[in-house]
Amino acid sequence: MGEILAASLVNGLLTGGIYALVALGLTLIYGVLHIVNFAHGSLLMMAMFGTWLLAAQLGIDPYLALPLMTAVMFAVGWSLYRFVIGRISRGDDRAILLATLGVAVVLDNLALVLFTGNTRQIETPWTFAVLEVGPLLISVPKLISFGVALILAALLWSFMARTDMGRAIRAVAREPEGARLMGIRPDRIFALAYGIGTALLGAAACLLLPIFYVSPGVGSVFVLVAFTIVVLGGMGSFPGALVGGLLIGMTESVGGLVLGESLGPISISLVFIATLLLRPTGLFRGAR
Amino acid sequence: MKRAIVIAGITAVALAPFAFNSQYLVNIAMLTALSAVMGQAWNIAGGFGQMTSFGHAAFFGVGAYTAAILQTRWGLSPWLGLPASFVTGGLLGGFIGILSFRAGLRGSYFALVTLAFAEVLRVLANSLDFTRGGLGINIPLKQGLANFQFHNRQSTYALVLLMLVLTTGVAMFIKRGRFGARLVAAGENEDAASALGVDLVRTKTIGLATSGAFTALAGVVYTQTYLYIDPSIAFGVERSIEMLLVAMIGGAGTIAGPILGAIALHAVAETSHFFIDAPGFAPLLYGATLLVIIGFLPRGIAGLGARWSRA
Repeated sequence: MGEILAASLVNGLLTGGIYALVALGLTLIYGVLHIVNFAHGSLLMMAMFGTWLLAAQLGIDPYLALPLMTAVMFAVGWSLYRFVIGRISRGDDRAILLATLGVAVVLDNLALVLFTGNTRQIETPWTFAVLEVGPLLISVPKLISFGVALILAALLWSFMARTDMGRAIRAVAREPEGARLMGIRPDRIFALAYGIGTALLGAAACLLLPIFYVSPGVGSVFVLVAFTIVVLGGMGSFPGALVGGLLIGMTESVGGLVLGESLGPISISLVFIATLLLRPTGLFRGAR
Repeated sequence: MKRAIVIAGITAVALAPFAFNSQYLVNIAMLTALSAVMGQAWNIAGGFGQMTSFGHAAFFGVGAYTAAILQTRWGLSPWLGLPASFVTGGLLGGFIGILSFRAGLRGSYFALVTLAFAEVLRVLANSLDFTRGGLGINIPLKQGLANFQFHNRQSTYALVLLMLVLTTGVAMFIKRGRFGARLVAAGENEDAASALGVDLVRTKTIGLATSGAFTALAGVVYTQTYLYIDPSIAFGVERSIEMLLVAMIGGAGTIAGPILGAIALHAVAETSHFFIDAPGFAPLLYGATLLVIIGFLPRGIAGLGARWSRA
């Protein structure tokens, strides 16, 4: 039993790395725009289809496609905010919320029209590679995705802390009016933050594809999980998203072990509701 | 004069399906009216009180399962499903409302918590024996008025139309009354409403419970019409989104909005497959319509109508 539990914890921790990456983008967008990006799961789905197309049609390995997909998704996210969400919502909170929902509905169904509802997978040479560590068998692609996710989180961290652009984003997040007086244009920063948040999904998609499937509905698998992580960690908090991602990965894995496959997913939703009701500021109080 | 023309027009449109020969067309009319009932119910919470729920399928599903379980497990008349679901839907709304509004959730947070409640119910319905898990519940076919199963769709349409009149009547009553004024105030500006003596938790909870109760009724009709319900039909995100779209596209917070929204959505659905006949194309257009509405017609189709009547 101890070994099964340990294996489940390790597995959950590794999956949690990708969750954290998805949640980092969500928390960045929340921190700056103060809305929940309901299109997050759909944008991840879009990135996964992009990665799948590169792999299945052109034979480009998902890991090699990572820089390209990150750049492409940045452009997608930036334009989406600049030309669609920002333009139609005119800064009204409820309108932004509903606009991201509208974008999600459009993207999900566009994928359904283009790719049908079938699930697709690719097989890389290392899809089933495992590493033996004592009594544990660790999936190599999961380990890679975990490592890369942590590196990307660290890069984002130093970008936000050290560069002028990062400082500008943090300034707008905290005090949009004050930032405007300092010569920062908040609408540009909104698009930039949305672009970076979406770029992280491009990376996440490349890390996910060797171990997961893609279908038009795949975003919904990750979206509630990502919301939970962001709320648990504290909306807008970077360390919160990271710690939350790892915790939720393990919760899900152990929840599935204890409650069984069909009831397992409830553990995430319950953590989510409990956090929202009891401690909506999350573990890290949205510290930026 | 204008008013008389409008009322005559509405009555003609509402009664037209009784003259249709094609059951296919009557079925579309019935589904449109059912969407309007759900949109109107969503509107009471999401329109008047600005409680943007992303999980109203919770109420629809609870209504559907209440009716299904009462008759298959306990052999009660399906007609009892209507009042019973009204109560369970209302109680669920009250429960979610008290918890969320006491915690001060609004905006994005409220949208998220409703989404999560619907998801919890979906997972529960999917794994409990009581709800027959993922198999869903089949209602044995036994047509007849006493059994709430109709041979022709006109009868179902009549019932749904009655439900729509009732829901719309309640929405009008709320909107014009003191409670509605408090609900709108709480939705528009919580701090100001609170300063004027509006009990926010109480007002919004009652609003959500009312909305939930009427949404649950739609679930009963669905079950009795299709004689089958399963966790994703009942609690799926698509259902929640449909209600939100109907109200938002038609014009949230207006009385005519959800009805216009339901007609618009089903008109789009029925004409879209002449252009591209692929699953997903109609909902793709719904999403695009929502974006257009937010951008150019923030008060929905009803806002357009208001502009026309002033002209």
